[in-house]
Amino acid sequence: MPTVETGGDANPAPDSVVSLRDVVVLIGAFPALAGASLEVGRGEVVLLAGPNGAGKTTLLRTCAGLARIERGDGSVLGLDLRSQFSDVRRRTGLVGHSNGLYPDLTVRENVVFWGRTVGATDDEVESALSRMDLAGRLRDVVAGRLSAGQKRRVALAALIARRAELWLLDEPHAGLDAAGRDELDALLGAAVTAGATVIMASHELDRAGRLASRRVEVVAGRVVETPPAGGAR
Amino acid sequence: MRSIARIASSIAAKDLRVEWRSRVVTNQVLPFAALVMVLFAFALDDDGITERVAPGLVWLAVLFSLVILVTRSYAIETADGALDQLRSSGVDPVGIFLGKAVALAVQLLVLEAVLAGLAVVLYRASIGAEGLALFVSAALLATLGLAAVGTLYGGLAAGVRGRETLLPLLVLPVLAPVLIAATRCTESAFGLEGVDVSDGWPWLGLLAIFAVLFSVFGAFAYGPLIDE
Repeated sequence: MPTVETGGDANPAPDSVVSLRDVVVLIGAFPALAGASLEVGRGEVVLLAGPNGAGKTTLLRTCAGLARIERGDGSVLGLDLRSQFSDVRRRTGLVGHSNGLYPDLTVRENVVFWGRTVGATDDEVESALSRMDLAGRLRDVVAGRLSAGQKRRVALAALIARRAELWLLDEPHAGLDAAGRDELDALLGAAVTAGATVIMASHELDRAGRLASRRVEVVAGRVVETPPAGGAR
Repeated sequence: MRSIARIASSIAAKDLRVEWRSRVVTNQVLPFAALVMVLFAFALDDDGITERVAPGLVWLAVLFSLVILVTRSYAIETADGALDQLRSSGVDPVGIFLGKAVALAVQLLVLEAVLAGLAVVLYRASIGAEGLALFVSAALLATLGLAAVGTLYGGLAAGVRGRETLLPLLVLPVLAPVLIAATRCTESAFGLEGVDVSDGWPWLGLLAIFAVLFSVFGAFAYGPLIDE
């Protein structure tokens, strides 16, 4: 498959959401990112593909303001990743292998809690529940009794209530059965249509590729652009 | 500042709601603390020893219970990665610290009220009006210190393997000044060993300094601690 290593512009475009240039991130002495560059525009849905240990999760954590950049430059939503990482964290939402839910609280109480951290109104919470199809009977069920797919939907509703402008999803389909995956895809598709900017790491290339507008490979800590070929829109 | 207050109140309300719903404090921690008191009464029921050591036993039971409360407080944060999510969402760590400390303090105050009542019954201790004022003041200040230290070290241990066994090793030595000062205050409040109530008031100073020191230090140190 033909690939082109991405360079990253010196000056990100005005609608740039993510701009990384030759970023190096170390985990211990190991360079988890070894000069990664990536540009993501508003409304894009980018699929990160690549083998385990290639640096996909570290790339997501870097975009979330959670990794310390040793070398290179990076900005997210126009905020510098070195000096404004707290603001980056507030305005992005990372959903990893866990969902960040409180099992003893109901679905609504969980979403209200996360919404309150940014001062979300009741209307915003209700809207988030509706968008993830949680406004019905599930709203008053405690999170500990939900299926894996339902929990993932609550986590995404919490992202909406938190007004996250960039969604960073690490293996969003992991642990879900076929029905749960289909359900999640439908809701993610609706969110994408509504204008969400998403970067997701996944091994489910066919499934995630149908949602993505662009696919990039992460190889040994570097980002390699893959020209569209069927799957990605 | 408003954002810190909003986050702190959200966290405290959430922690108390989870505890109210799970009933861990009422069904497990309170019986545990009561059991400690009863066992001490059985072990020391000789020549009025229990009356003399009752204040220390009350605070020892509080300290042991604190370890369980803190472990529980962070178990709900780590069950599905909520603490990581709070951190990665840029939620102000000062707000998280204050919220969790307030929730812990409320639970401790309930526990202390029950244990003080139990001490009066089990150890035949008695208390007057001035003694009660001293005991309440000491309990409030000691609770602030205990909650601040518990929240701070609970956050430190939350991400560590074997945190259940590590936490008491970290917390109990640090809390020795609170144990000593609160015990002296309670001895004075109960008028034991011929100690006058007025002898207890200076120990409140130590409790106040400890509470302020760890509340301020904890609020600022909490962010870097949970970030690591």
